[in-house]
Amino acid sequence: MKGFLNYVRRNPNLGIGFLMFTILFVFCAIGYFRYDLAKAAYPLAAPANKPPSWQYPLGTDSQGRELYAVIVAGTFLTLRIGVTAGLIGLATGTVLGFIAAYFRGWVDVVIKSLVDILLTIPGLMVLIIIASATKQAMSITLLALIIASLAWMGPTRTIRAQVLSLRERPFLQAARLSGMNSIEIIFLELMPNLLPYLAASLVGSVTGGIFASIGLEAFGLGAMREPTLGMTIYWVIYYSALLKGMWWWAMAPVTVIIIIFIGLFSLGAGLDELANPRTRRVL
Amino acid sequence: MRTGYVVQRILLFFAIMWLAATINFVLPRLATGRDPIREQLIAQSMRGGFMSTSMEVMVKEYRVKFGLDEPLPKQYVTYLWNTLRFDLGKSLTNYPKAVMNLIGEALPWTLGIVSFAIVTSFTLGTILGALIAWPSAPRLLKFTVPFLLTFSAVPFYILGLILIYFFAFQLKWFPIGGGYPIGTVPSFTFGFVTKLVYHAMLPSLSMILASTGGWALGMRGMMVTIQGEDYMNYAEAKGLTDSRIFFGYGVRNAMLPQTTGLALSLGQLIAGAGLVEVVFGYPGIGSLLGQSITQFDYTTIYGIVFFLIVTLGIVLLVLDLLYPLIDPRINYEQA
Repeated sequence: MKGFLNYVRRNPNLGIGFLMFTILFVFCAIGYFRYDLAKAAYPLAAPANKPPSWQYPLGTDSQGRELYAVIVAGTFLTLRIGVTAGLIGLATGTVLGFIAAYFRGWVDVVIKSLVDILLTIPGLMVLIIIASATKQAMSITLLALIIASLAWMGPTRTIRAQVLSLRERPFLQAARLSGMNSIEIIFLELMPNLLPYLAASLVGSVTGGIFASIGLEAFGLGAMREPTLGMTIYWVIYYSALLKGMWWWAMAPVTVIIIIFIGLFSLGAGLDELANPRTRRVL
Repeated sequence: MRTGYVVQRILLFFAIMWLAATINFVLPRLATGRDPIREQLIAQSMRGGFMSTSMEVMVKEYRVKFGLDEPLPKQYVTYLWNTLRFDLGKSLTNYPKAVMNLIGEALPWTLGIVSFAIVTSFTLGTILGALIAWPSAPRLLKFTVPFLLTFSAVPFYILGLILIYFFAFQLKWFPIGGGYPIGTVPSFTFGFVTKLVYHAMLPSLSMILASTGGWALGMRGMMVTIQGEDYMNYAEAKGLTDSRIFFGYGVRNAMLPQTTGLALSLGQLIAGAGLVEVVFGYPGIGSLLGQSITQFDYTTIYGIVFFLIVTLGIVLLVLDLLYPLIDPRINYEQA
């Protein structure tokens, strides 16, 4: 613990990231024990349009959801979408990046051109087509899978570049000469060296996943019944909550979204520093 | 620059367009159990208050009209040919209206605020970032970094929501939404144009606030790296003025990655701008997209998405071809 605190002093970004998520965690834990989330976060659980009060700490919305419960359930659901999409994207990207960089040749050419082509297409636009084609059956899991389908290009690129630089290092040549096979080299030599990059990359793809999910949901392409953060933003826009002066309806999801993004951003910067101390960020 | 590269790059552009068009054609047909025509007709007759018994005949008639009774390969070829001529079909909810006309009506609004926001934030951010990294610049500037970081981590439309509440609802400094005052007709008079600008302020501001930070941070990083370069020391040793070194040697070289960054982030910027329009009820392409999504207007959704992909593809193509002119070190001979 002391060692960690000392390290955070040198790498404050990591500390800010952890702090943000600790605040969020405590806030959600309190709400988790206070509410029956399966009821309070859905319509008709409370009187509609109530401003924050002792009884409803964050107020209620026009459909009678309790906003504190919505935020607790929504933070969990939104993080779940982001983490699922990010993990799948990172896993796919890692495998493809490894294959491309390790085996080179035509495989590399195909994977690299595919990534290059797909990166020039605005991802959210393609996601909009896919999501509107499956709008009726939309669920949290499906949304995560749809986002994951376009979340692997960034990781592929990073991991490919990293493996390319690693494979020429002397320790890998030594491993090859000592008779290790490809599988052993990948798992025993390359993977351990890539772990910090994978961690930093994961934060990046989770951020991307949450960004995309909230964007799609705010456009009305989410799972309409679920109280995610993005759907809450959608209802805020749909019911013109701010123009009716219902500031509390927007305040809750907006604050949590800002905390999540700042937390992820700092965490990403901190992990970058951890993975790559040589390119010191000058923050 | 070699012609080989140019040809390759243009071929890549067409490959992307073909891919986008094909996705647009295939995906809706893969979604089983969806029949937009039937849904639309049912919805309309419900609105009219009666269910017609001859519904099936109408559905059939419309399927012929939209060419949906033909075999798939033939539909595909027709589709590609129409797309090539920028005929994106007709809107389902505003039926006789062509999607391209709807886009044409909304486009000027979007172009206006998005280009203004991009140019302003890019210029502001680049200058600010360069100054933050510059040792002899006022120290005060360094205190802006945490704010820039915070703003750049938040999506545009989230900032938009905050701005609407404080500056439009509470303080009433700005209109609450829309592109021009309700009850006026768009015209090119001075009075109307000032109202237009007034309405565009808050949406642009939310984009500018959110994206200036990103440009400033990128530029600062580049400037810090560049200050260690030999030519910077040389310029200083020669006794050049501080401003000459700053603009001619520092900013000029640090600009290159910034321009590449601009090209790469355009897609995200446009998507973010779309949601800003939805938040502000601004009559641009983003709002049109939002409406079509709520009204299940599939042809319009696909049309807009395809249009945006093509536009972005063209912009990126032009930027790529112009890049060797900006950076003489790049020649695409080996590419």
